[in-house]
Amino acid sequence: MTDNLYDVVVIGAGVSGCAIARELSRLDARVCVVEREEDVCCGTSKANSAIVHAGFDAQPGTLMARLNVEGNRLMYEWATELEFAVMQVGSLVVCVSEDTRAGLDVLLERGKENGVPDLRIIERDELREMEPNISDDAVAALWAPTGGIVDPFGLTVALAENAAANGVEFCFNAPVSEIERDGDIWVVTAGERHLRARAVVNAAGVYADEMHNLVATPDDQLRIIPRKGEYFLLDTTAGPHVRHTVFMLPTKMGKGVLVSPTVHGNLIVGPTATDVDDKESTDTTAEGLAEVATKSSLTVRDVPLREVITSFAGLRAHQEAHDFVIGEVSGAPRFFDCAAIESPGLTSAPAIGVMVAGLVREGLDLEEKPAGEFEPTRKGYVNLMALSFDEWSELCEKDAAYGHIVCRCCRVSEAQIVDAIHRVPSARSLDAVKRRVGATMGRCQGGFCSPKIMELFVRESGMRPEEITKRGPGSQILIEEGRA
Amino acid sequence: MESRDIVIIGGGPAGLAAAIAAHEAGCTDVLVLERDVQLGGILNQCIHNGFGLHTFKEELTGPEYAARYVDRARELGIECRLGTMVVELTPEHVVWTVSPDRGVHAISAKAVILAMGCRERPRGALNIPGFRPAGIFSAGTAQRLVNIEGEMPGREVVILGSGDIGLIMARRMTLEGAHVACVAELMPYSGGLKRNIVQCLDDYGIPLLLSHTVTRVEGINRVEAVWVAEVDESLRPIAGTEVRYPCDTLLLSVGLLPENELSRDAGVELSPVTRGPVVDDALQTSVEGVFACGNVLHVHDLVDYVSQEAAAAGRAAARYVANSSSEAESQTEGTREDERCLSVVAEGGVRYTVPSTVYPARMDEKLLVRFRVDNVYRDRFVSVYVGNKRVWHRKRRVMAPGEMEDVSLKRADLEAAVGATTIRVTLEEE
Repeated sequence: MTDNLYDVVVIGAGVSGCAIARELSRLDARVCVVEREEDVCCGTSKANSAIVHAGFDAQPGTLMARLNVEGNRLMYEWATELEFAVMQVGSLVVCVSEDTRAGLDVLLERGKENGVPDLRIIERDELREMEPNISDDAVAALWAPTGGIVDPFGLTVALAENAAANGVEFCFNAPVSEIERDGDIWVVTAGERHLRARAVVNAAGVYADEMHNLVATPDDQLRIIPRKGEYFLLDTTAGPHVRHTVFMLPTKMGKGVLVSPTVHGNLIVGPTATDVDDKESTDTTAEGLAEVATKSSLTVRDVPLREVITSFAGLRAHQEAHDFVIGEVSGAPRFFDCAAIESPGLTSAPAIGVMVAGLVREGLDLEEKPAGEFEPTRKGYVNLMALSFDEWSELCEKDAAYGHIVCRCCRVSEAQIVDAIHRVPSARSLDAVKRRVGATMGRCQGGFCSPKIMELFVRESGMRPEEITKRGPGSQILIEEGRA
Repeated sequence: MESRDIVIIGGGPAGLAAAIAAHEAGCTDVLVLERDVQLGGILNQCIHNGFGLHTFKEELTGPEYAARYVDRARELGIECRLGTMVVELTPEHVVWTVSPDRGVHAISAKAVILAMGCRERPRGALNIPGFRPAGIFSAGTAQRLVNIEGEMPGREVVILGSGDIGLIMARRMTLEGAHVACVAELMPYSGGLKRNIVQCLDDYGIPLLLSHTVTRVEGINRVEAVWVAEVDESLRPIAGTEVRYPCDTLLLSVGLLPENELSRDAGVELSPVTRGPVVDDALQTSVEGVFACGNVLHVHDLVDYVSQEAAAAGRAAARYVANSSSEAESQTEGTREDERCLSVVAEGGVRYTVPSTVYPARMDEKLLVRFRVDNVYRDRFVSVYVGNKRVWHRKRRVMAPGEMEDVSLKRADLEAAVGATTIRVTLEEE
C-alpha cells in the first residue's frame, strides 16, 4: 500500500518530536508523527521547569553541552519566526555558603568552554540589587544573561502547527506497540494503524527505551529511568518575587530547587529529583511537595507559598550516561534514536530538531522543498495580556468574540479558544485548550471557565458535552448516561 | 470618555442592592457592569430555597431572590450592562470594560462600588498529593454543571470541606442520584451554617467527618479513589487512619476568596484576614470614592446580609456623589484625613470586623459592625469597648466560624467618649 508509505515516521509529539517534524517539513518528504496521547506536549515536555538554560551545566564535549548552547541561540530566533512566548530574563546560580564558592568558578569555566556568552560572577551587593529577595545567606552568584524562560506548551504547539502547515501529518491516541522490518521498510503499529516508513525517529520520551529495544540487538539495550520532579506553581501575584531564574549552587546538603518567574507571570518552584519505576507516575507526593517547600527558602527569602495555585509532577527521561542518545541504532538502518532527552532537553529542542532532521535527510538522501514551498513562519495565538487597550479594541472591531472574556484569571477570550479548537493539530480537550491559550491555568484553575469552554466545544466541534475530556479518552468531565 | 455618577462592578446580589439603594437615595445616574449574560450572579445557580428569610420573611430560591432585585432595578430604570467585564480600575475612578458589543471602553465615575463577589479556593491551593485527573471539581463548578447546564459531574462522590456550597451540593448530588460517601472537614468544626448540616447531611445520612482530610487522589484519567485520613491537632494526617473511598468525583468546598484583583490595581488597601478591602463606616475603601460591599468585602453566610450591607454602600456612594458636587461649588467640606477617626480592633477570638474604621462625625445614628469568630465558642459574651467604656455586652449561646455575627454601635456612644481612639470588639467569659 503505497498511500500508507511515509518517508519518516516520528514516534512522539513532545517538544523533540515536534521540533524534528518541523525541521523535516523543510524537506521534500512525507512525514507522520504518531503520539500515544491525544495531543502534543503531553509527557515530559509539559511538566518541567520551562527554562531556557544558558549551557554552563553540561560537561564540555557532550552532545548535551553542544545542543544546549546551540538550542539556546535558536530558541530566541525561532520565537520570532514561530511566535511563541520566550523571555530572556537571565539566570543566576546562587552560592549560599563561602566554602562552596569555588563551585561558581568551575561552572564559569565550564560555561566558557561550552561557548556560553557573557558569563560572569557577581558579588553579594550586585546580586542583592539584581534580586532584592535573594536569601541573606547568598554570597555570590554566576550570572548568565542568555538564560531565559519559555512556554513549553506554546513552543511545542508552535512547532507542531508549523510542521502541519508544511504538510506533516499527526496521528494521536496511537501508542506504538510494534516496530517490524519488511525488507527496506519499517512497519510501525500505532494504535489501529500500520504505518510503513523508510525511516523512523524514536522521540518517545520516557518510553524511548522500549522503542529502541524493539529494534536494537540484545547487546545494545537502552534503559530510561523516569526521574520524578515535583513543582509548585504560584499565582501571578507572586510572579514578581524574583526577576531572574534563580538556581542554587549545590552544597553538601544537596541540590536545592529553582525559583523562577514564568512567561505567564507566575512563579515556579521546584523540582525534586526522585527515580521511580513507573513511567506513568506523574502524581505528586506529600514528601516531594514538602521538600520543595523547604528548599525554596534556601536561595530566596519569603517565597509566598500561600499563593500556590497548583502543584504538579513531571518525569525526566534519565539515562545512566547522562547524555542525549541521538543517532542511528546499530543494526537497524534508518531507525534514529532521539532518546534520554532530559534537562536541558527543552532548551536543546530546536538544535535537536536540526540535528536529527539532518541525520534523516542524509540517511534517506532527501532534498529540500523547492524554494517558496516551505513556510518558516507561524502566527501565534493572540495574548490579550500583552496588548494595549487600543490594540485590543481594534481586535474587537474585527471580531467581537475578542470582547467576550471566558477565562477571567488569564484574560482569554472566546475568540482565542475558538481559534485553538480550529487550528491543526486542533485542541480537543480542556487541557489542550489550556496548553494553547492558557485558559483554566489561572488562580481559579478552571472553576469559572471550564463549563464555558465546554459550551464552546459543543458549539464549535459538535461534540456532545459527555464526550468532552480533560485530556483525552478516559478523562471525560461528565458522567455519560445522564441523570438516574 | 463616558462619564457616570456611580459605576457598580458586579450585577450579583451586592451590586443590585447597592444600585437600587443609591438610586433610591437620589443618585439616578447609576451604571451596573456585569460580566455574565444575566444579572443575579451566583444566585442563579443556587436553586435551593432558604434565601430571603430576613429580608422578605419568606423562603425563596436563589433565582427568586435575585429576581426581586432585578425587577426593582428595572422598575427604577437602572442601566445594567451585561456581558461586560471590567479589566482595569484606576485610582482616579476610570473603569476599563470589555464586551462583545462595545469592545474596550472606558468610563469615568464619580464613585465606584466594588461588588465583584468571591471565587472558590481551587484544589491546587490545598496541595493534595496525587494525580490530577478529571473528576475534581470545586463545589460551585459542580453546582453550575448540575443546575444550569443540566449535566452530571459524577456518581460516586467524596466532598472535601464543609463550606455551605459543599453541604448544599452533598444534598443536590444525592437528589440527582449520586451517592455521597462522606464530607471530610479538616477543622474540628464545620465551615458552613448549622441549618445546612442538618438539612443537607443529617437528613440524608451523609457522614460529616470532622478533623479529616484527603491525603491522596488515585486515578490517572478520571478519579478512581480518594484517601481520607484523620488529622491531629496541628492538622497533620495521623498515620494509620487512612481510609480509601472508591469514587469517581471529588468535590471541594474549602473556602471562598474575595475577588480583589481590580481593587489591588486601583491601589485599594486589602485586609490580610478577609482578603477584602479595609473600609470605614461608610464602606469606603482606602481610595476616596471607591466603596465595597458583599463577598468582595468579606465572605458572607447569608445573602440577606449581603443585600443589607450593599444597600448601605449604595447610600454612602450616593451621599459621596452629592457631597462632591456641592463641594465643587462651595469647596468647604474637608477630606477624611481631617476628621476624628476610631479604629475597630478585633480581639479575643474575633477574627476581623467590617468596618475597621469609624468616623463619628459622618456615621449614621447607628452602625452595624459585622464580624466572624475564629473557633466554636459556647456561652460567651460579645463585648464592645469604646476607649475604656463598655458599650455592648451580650451573651451568645453558640458562635461558630461559619456564621457571621454583628454588634450595633451608637454614634452617641462614640461622641461621648471624647479621647477614645479605638473600638475593641472582643469575646469575654463573663
